[in-house]
Amino acid sequence: MLWAGLLTASAACYLLKLAGLSLPARLLQDARVQRTIPLVPIALLAALVATQTFSTGHHLVLDVRAAALGVAAIAVVLRAPFLVVVASAAATAALLRLL
Amino acid sequence: MVSARKGIIRDALGIGIASGAYALSFGAISTTAGLSLLQTCALSLLMFTGASQFAMVGVIGAGGSVWAGAATAALLGARNALYGVRLSSLLEVRGLRRAAAAQFVIDETTAMAIARDEVMDSRFAFWATGFALFALWNLGTLVGALATHALSNPRVLGLDAAPPAAFLALLAPRLRAREPFAIAIAAAVVALVCLPFVPAGIPLLIVAILVGLYGVFRLPAPRGGRRAAPGGESH
Repeated sequence: MLWAGLLTASAACYLLKLAGLSLPARLLQDARVQRTIPLVPIALLAALVATQTFSTGHHLVLDVRAAALGVAAIAVVLRAPFLVVVASAAATAALLRLL
Repeated sequence: MVSARKGIIRDALGIGIASGAYALSFGAISTTAGLSLLQTCALSLLMFTGASQFAMVGVIGAGGSVWAGAATAALLGARNALYGVRLSSLLEVRGLRRAAAAQFVIDETTAMAIARDEVMDSRFAFWATGFALFALWNLGTLVGALATHALSNPRVLGLDAAPPAAFLALLAPRLRAREPFAIAIAAAVVALVCLPFVPAGIPLLIVAILVGLYGVFRLPAPRGGRRAAPGGESH
């Protein structure tokens, strides 16, 4: 089941890339398509940040992940490299759990 | 001409090394989410688009269904279709070369290719960046996954708290104007409000539908507004 999902999603991502190279440009050059598609990752990434920080299963929770996200936000504002942002969040969660 | 190529190779390697480092965290997060070494490496080889990969393993790691993760990954991959449109006239690839080029159509290769004045430099930049990224992204994934497999409990290192930081780092370069910022806040609130009432992963799809409706029905942006540019995934 996991493999089926991984392979299906990979195929979908590949076909989207191929579609851009292959389909007649006018199909994707519609003004509404052009301005809507770039908004999708913004909304999804923001929703992922929120749900994965403030929930466990179906419950809204506030735990060490909120502090980890706060540290990551500071690292982002300071323009730290990607790996530093992720590592600082992980380290924050690990340290707070030790307390 | 020759010095332009040298500059392109240098930039491509720089981008490749930065993404290799970021692939380390993908390998670690994917392994912590419960994917096997083979599954983790297969995603980097076959999906090869960072935000979608992080979303897929993030949703699975948080207990969502694999299909909710797959839908989110595909929605995040939709922007690559727009990059493909911009690249198709530059690359002019057919047949097998097009099939190979398609896998490289992502944020970084698009940004590198459209930044050139000469069409031959654009093509060179696309392929150089594509090969460098593909090699180092997959190497980084393998190393990150192997290192995490060696740990008895990745939670001790706080790796289970890492995905939101990865999503935030992917989101930040896209928030340079007021509208995207407002959309991000609204999306976060909507997702949290629906979360207690719908199956795991579904809040993301609700958010995707709402932003789609917003994009289609809102008033057109005033003329002369900045055109959407590919957001940098790596820094």
